[in-house]
Amino acid sequence: MTDGRKIALWLLFAGPIAVFSVWAIVDNPPLYFKTLLNGLTLASLYFLVASGFTLVFGLMRNVNLAHGSLYLLGAYVGWIVGENTGSWLLAVAAGFLSSAALGLLMQVFIFRFMEGQDLRQTLVTIGLSIVFADLMLWAFGGEIYTFDPPAWIYGSTMLPVVEKFPTYRIAVLLAAIVIGFGLWTFLAKTRVGMMIRAGVDDRGMLAASGVNVQLVFAVTFAIGAGLAGLAGVVGGTALSISPGEDTRYLLASLVVVIVGGMGSVVGASIGALLIGLAEQFGLAYAPTYSVVFTFVIMVVALAFRPRGIMGRAG
Amino acid sequence: MSASQWRRAMNSAAAAAAPTLAAQPARVPRPAAAAAGDALDAPPWLDRLGARIRLRHAVVLAAVVLYPLVASPFFTYQIGAQSLALGLIALSLTFLGGYGGMVSLAQMTVAGLAGYLVAIFGTSSMASISLGWPWWLAVPFALLGATVFAAAVGWLSVRTEGIYTIMITLAIGVAFFYLAQQNYTVFNGFQGLSKIAAPELGGVDFKEPVAFYFVALGCALAGYFLVKHLVRAPFGVALQGIRDNPRRMASLGYHVTAHRVAAYAVAGLLAAVGGVLMVWYNGRISPGTVNLAQMISILIIAVLGGMKHPIGAFVGAIVYVLLQNFAIDLFVRERFNLVIGGVFLAVVLFSPDGLLGLWAKLRSSLVRTQISHQKRRRP
Repeated sequence: MTDGRKIALWLLFAGPIAVFSVWAIVDNPPLYFKTLLNGLTLASLYFLVASGFTLVFGLMRNVNLAHGSLYLLGAYVGWIVGENTGSWLLAVAAGFLSSAALGLLMQVFIFRFMEGQDLRQTLVTIGLSIVFADLMLWAFGGEIYTFDPPAWIYGSTMLPVVEKFPTYRIAVLLAAIVIGFGLWTFLAKTRVGMMIRAGVDDRGMLAASGVNVQLVFAVTFAIGAGLAGLAGVVGGTALSISPGEDTRYLLASLVVVIVGGMGSVVGASIGALLIGLAEQFGLAYAPTYSVVFTFVIMVVALAFRPRGIMGRAG
Repeated sequence: MSASQWRRAMNSAAAAAAPTLAAQPARVPRPAAAAAGDALDAPPWLDRLGARIRLRHAVVLAAVVLYPLVASPFFTYQIGAQSLALGLIALSLTFLGGYGGMVSLAQMTVAGLAGYLVAIFGTSSMASISLGWPWWLAVPFALLGATVFAAAVGWLSVRTEGIYTIMITLAIGVAFFYLAQQNYTVFNGFQGLSKIAAPELGGVDFKEPVAFYFVALGCALAGYFLVKHLVRAPFGVALQGIRDNPRRMASLGYHVTAHRVAAYAVAGLLAAVGGVLMVWYNGRISPGTVNLAQMISILIIAVLGGMKHPIGAFVGAIVYVLLQNFAIDLFVRERFNLVIGGVFLAVVLFSPDGLLGLWAKLRSSLVRTQISHQKRRRP
């Protein structure tokens, strides 16, 4: 792409957004900035869910459509632990561990035996998601569950323009940044992280250089699933937990990784930002069509970069 | 030789090759005497047709035609007609997935859009939304709209390959579900549109179970034979070539993207017909018709029956509908999803070609034991 076309493209997409922003800020600054902050909070949730999804796909070419179920399972288990111990932090840990354990089991007992059969793996994850969803509906019913966040992140904080904003949402935003940074450090600096990145680039070569690929796969699946479970508790606290949330977060992860690019954690963060902001601004300014914005972003991304913004050919 | 001439030559070569390919799987040789006797007076096309028709085809055709005469209205309508409509939607996925190698989860979305369009163009309970066109105008436009939508979905998803298709189509389908649920100006939100009835024609009320069954049967048979014909026509053969090796087909001069988008459009038309049948069957349409569970159920039906043959879609649909209606009596009432999910998992894990694959396996092992028996007897 030439520089001129690049600039034209940027103008095409950034221009309307800038015009809209100026209009919205002049029109009603608190609404605009509140929506912006809400969008960032939602984006951080989406990032937590989608980063695990994208890692698993990038390494194992496994489109884990049971990812939403892992989110919901983590949320429910976290809720039980939180109710019984009264500790929210323990609930977060339980959400992570339970989903990680289930992910590990899935990888070790099922997906290990169907390596290279993309479609069959995906079909199995669909079957699993149906079974899990129904089992959880059986166990927990259709009620809506809510968490009580600890006192130190409860209530609201005064911010310059927005005035009152829930402290918990700010905490989610900060937590996502910390986790995102931690994930990046893990992938970029540690030995296992290097193996995972090498596996994303070339599985065969990684196996040939003497690494126990199955172990790397299992670790990655556990981390990816665990992140979904953790997001379940964090997201369940910000909003609520009910059956059907699995679909919502599955869609979010799908769109985020389609837009951001498969197998890229940076791509997942960019995708999550775009989708989270689009959804919240859509809800605030055009309520009945907010899904259309998400969809338009996906279509535009696919039209110009079929493999996502950070995706690579191959 | 120009590229287009070359392509034409390849196409005709492919068409010439198709009958021989198709003839191979026939296991039972025709009796030589019958062939010789027929060949003298029957025209060649009838002879070719006769060569393809076997006893089992006649038995199945007779069974589906006579079925409503012996079955109760419940079995004719709830089981028979619903299986045919669902089977038709699943058939579109079989065509796309089995012959085009593109597993789309958005087939139910296409069908649902066709249903919504019938309600929007035609008549429904919401007079402010429905345009009130007569059915013979509303239905073709609904089919056209859904087919165009399917082609657009195809154009989007064929930009990437393989497993991405399933993700993109899934995202499109779920996005459509949320749009239908949120939007009240066109889709009437959560409630959807109701009182959408099959038309009356020449004194026959197509809402009646038997009449509706025959409409569904006619559509299903037409769809089935369309797919059977297409997969042997040059277009279908090229499509299968693209499924197996897109790069080679591209270098042979075939337009890979155009073939794939066309396949989406054909599958979209089939799904749209099924969708119109479904909306007439239910009499109403709501976001629940196109939610994730319904989208996946089409995949389950296609995989359950087996994606290697068009009849698999209908076999899967019958099993699915029977399970849906009678699993309730066998198991705990609300656990249908658990049962169908478990059955689906078992099929995917242990018999990837579905029930047809299971049947083929069973038959080949039977034949093998027969042969070994004969061998043992001979010496």
